[in-house]
Amino acid sequence: MFYYALKRLGVAVLVAVTVSILSFSMVYLSGDPAVALAGEGASNEDIENVRRIYGFDQPIIFQYGNWLLQAVQGNLGHSNYLKSPVASVIFERLPTTMLLGACSLAFALLLAIPLGVVAAIRPNSIIDRIALSIAVVGQAMPSFWFALTMILWLGINWRLLPITGTESWMNFIMPSVALGYYLTPAVMRLTRAGMLEVLSSDYIRTARAKGLRPMTVLFKHALRNAIIPVVSLAAVQFGFMLGGSIVIETIFAINGLGYLAWESILRADVPMMQAIVLVLSVFYILLTFLADMLNAFLDPRIRVA
Amino acid sequence: MSKKIEKTGSNRVLEVKNLNVEIPVPSGLLRPVQNVSLRVDRGETLCIVGESGCGKSLTSLAIMDLLPSKAKRTCDEMRLLGENVFGIKERAMSDLRGDRMSMIFQEPMTSLNPAYTIGNQLGEALRRHQNVSNAEARDRAIYLLEKVGITAAAGRLGQYPHQLSGGLRQRVMIAMALMCGPDLIIADEPTTALDVTIQAQILHLLSELQREFHMGMVLITHDLGVVARIADRIAVMYAGQVVETGTAEQIFNAPTHPYTRGLLQCIPIPGKTKRGERLGAIPGIVPSLVGHMDGCHFASRCSEVQARCQTGNIELAPAKQKGHLCRCVLAQSGPSSELETGEAAV
Repeated sequence: MFYYALKRLGVAVLVAVTVSILSFSMVYLSGDPAVALAGEGASNEDIENVRRIYGFDQPIIFQYGNWLLQAVQGNLGHSNYLKSPVASVIFERLPTTMLLGACSLAFALLLAIPLGVVAAIRPNSIIDRIALSIAVVGQAMPSFWFALTMILWLGINWRLLPITGTESWMNFIMPSVALGYYLTPAVMRLTRAGMLEVLSSDYIRTARAKGLRPMTVLFKHALRNAIIPVVSLAAVQFGFMLGGSIVIETIFAINGLGYLAWESILRADVPMMQAIVLVLSVFYILLTFLADMLNAFLDPRIRVA
Repeated sequence: MSKKIEKTGSNRVLEVKNLNVEIPVPSGLLRPVQNVSLRVDRGETLCIVGESGCGKSLTSLAIMDLLPSKAKRTCDEMRLLGENVFGIKERAMSDLRGDRMSMIFQEPMTSLNPAYTIGNQLGEALRRHQNVSNAEARDRAIYLLEKVGITAAAGRLGQYPHQLSGGLRQRVMIAMALMCGPDLIIADEPTTALDVTIQAQILHLLSELQREFHMGMVLITHDLGVVARIADRIAVMYAGQVVETGTAEQIFNAPTHPYTRGLLQCIPIPGKTKRGERLGAIPGIVPSLVGHMDGCHFASRCSEVQARCQTGNIELAPAKQKGHLCRCVLAQSGPSSELETGEAAV
C-alpha cells in the first residue's frame, strides 16, 4: 500500500510540474507580453522598461524557475488589474467554489448511484428507462441552458429559489443541480454497467448460495466491486465540473473562482489566469490522487500485492 | 429466521421428482432439463455424468433455486430431509441455502469475492445461519481450513482471494460450503478448472469429508475416471434427460443404454488400450433442445437405432437388476412389473 501511494504521489508531482509549465507558458500565448502590458501607443522605450521590470528579458528557463520558486512559496504573482497579490484573491474565492463543487458532486452521486443500482437490478424495466432518459437528457443538454431554464421557472416564474449570490444555502441549490447534473449521466451509466456485470459474476452466485440476504448480496458483495471504476470516473468528471463552474458561477453571479476566471479573461489579467489554472489543476491532481487511494482501499488487488 | 429443518434421522437427504427447466430463447422454448428425478441418501455420493450442455449444471442450480432469472423450473416434488422445498418463499429457501444444503462451483478463480478476506467470506456464511460470535465463526473457519488441508490456516484468514492459487481457492470454497455442517453438498464440476495433479487431491478430499461428516453428496462431472473412484450411484444425463441410472457397479459393469456404452468406450484403459489406437467416439452432435422433441434424444447418434426409437415418449424403465433404470426401448423388452414406484426415482 505504501509503495503504491508513493508511486501515485510521484506521478501526481510529475503531472503538477507539467501543468505548471503549461500554465507558465500562457503568458506567451498571446504574443509578446511586454507589448501587451505596455498598452497601445507605448514607445519602444516604455516596452523595454516593462520588459525589464517584469523580467521578460531574462532566459525563459530562468523565468520559469523563478516563477515556480515563488509559486511553491505561495506567491502566485501580482494581478495586472487588481493591483494586489493574486494568491490572496484566489484563496478568498476558493472556498465558495469548493463548496459549490462539493454540493454538485454530492447531488450527482446521490442521484446517479442509486439510479444506476436500481436500473441494474431491473434492466429494461420502467425505472431503467426513466434513468436512461435522465442520462440522455443530462448528456445532451448544455448546462448553461439548463441553468437559465431553472432560473426562469424556479426563480422568476414560481419565485421558489434565489437566482443570484451566495447568502444562504438556498442560493446553492440551483447552481449545484445545474453543475452536478452534468456529472450524472456518466456516473449513472457506469454504475449500471458495473452492477450488471458484477451481479452476473460467479462470486455473487456464491454469496447467494450461502443464503445471504438480498441486501447483503447487493450492497456488501456487488456494489463495493461495481463502484471501483465509478470512483475514478467521478474524480475525472469532477475536474471537468470545476471548468464548468466558470459558466455556472457567471450565470448565478456566485463570487467564486470560476467567476473570477471569467472576470480575469475579460480584463486580460494574465497572472490571475495563470494562477487560477494552476490552482484548479493542482486541486484536480490532488483529487485524482485521493480517488486512487480510495480505490486502493476498496480493491485489495491494488492494495495487497 | 423462519422455521428451520432440523437434522432428522431421515436417511433420504434429497428427493427430486420430474424436475424441468425451461428458458425462453429467441428461437423458442429451450428445455435443458426434462423430467429429471434424483434421490440422495445420507452418506451417499450420487454422480451426475454427461457431456457439456446435457443439463447437469442447470439441474444442480435448479435444486439450489439459483437459476438465472429467465429460467423457469417446475417439478412434481422436491424434498430436502423430507420437507418440501419447492415453491417455498425465497426467504425460507435462503435459510436453507448454505445451511442445510450448500454448493461448490466449477470456477474457484472467480467464485470468491475479490474485495473481502477469506476469513470474512467464510465467517459470514456461519453468522448468517447461526447465532455465533465472531470468535466462534473464526474458530470454525480455522478448523475447516485445516480440515481441507490448508496449512497455517489462521494466517490465511486475513488473505484475499487473489493471493491464493486455484487449488487453494477451491479448498476455501469447500470449507465455506461446510461452515454450517450441511446435510447435502452439491459439487458442480469442482475440479474442471484445476491442474490435473490438484484434481485428484480435491476429489479425494471431497469424498473423505463426505464420509466424515456423513453428508449426502451430488457430484457433477464429465470425468468418468472420477466417477469410478467415488460414486455410490450414477445418473447418466444426455440432452436434458437421465438416460441411465444405477449403482456404480451396475453402470460400469453392465452399461445398458447405448450412450452410456459409448461414453465408457471413450475412456482409455491402461494396459488394455493399445498405444496409438483410436479411442472410441460417439458420432454426430447433441440435438437442439429448443421446442418439443419426439422419441429418444439419442436416436440421431445411436448405432442401434430402430423405427420405434423415433416416436413417443420413451420412459426410464427398469433394466435387469433392481435399481438399475434405463431410457432405451432395447432394454425394455422385459415386463415392466419390476417397476416399483419408490424405485422409479433415480
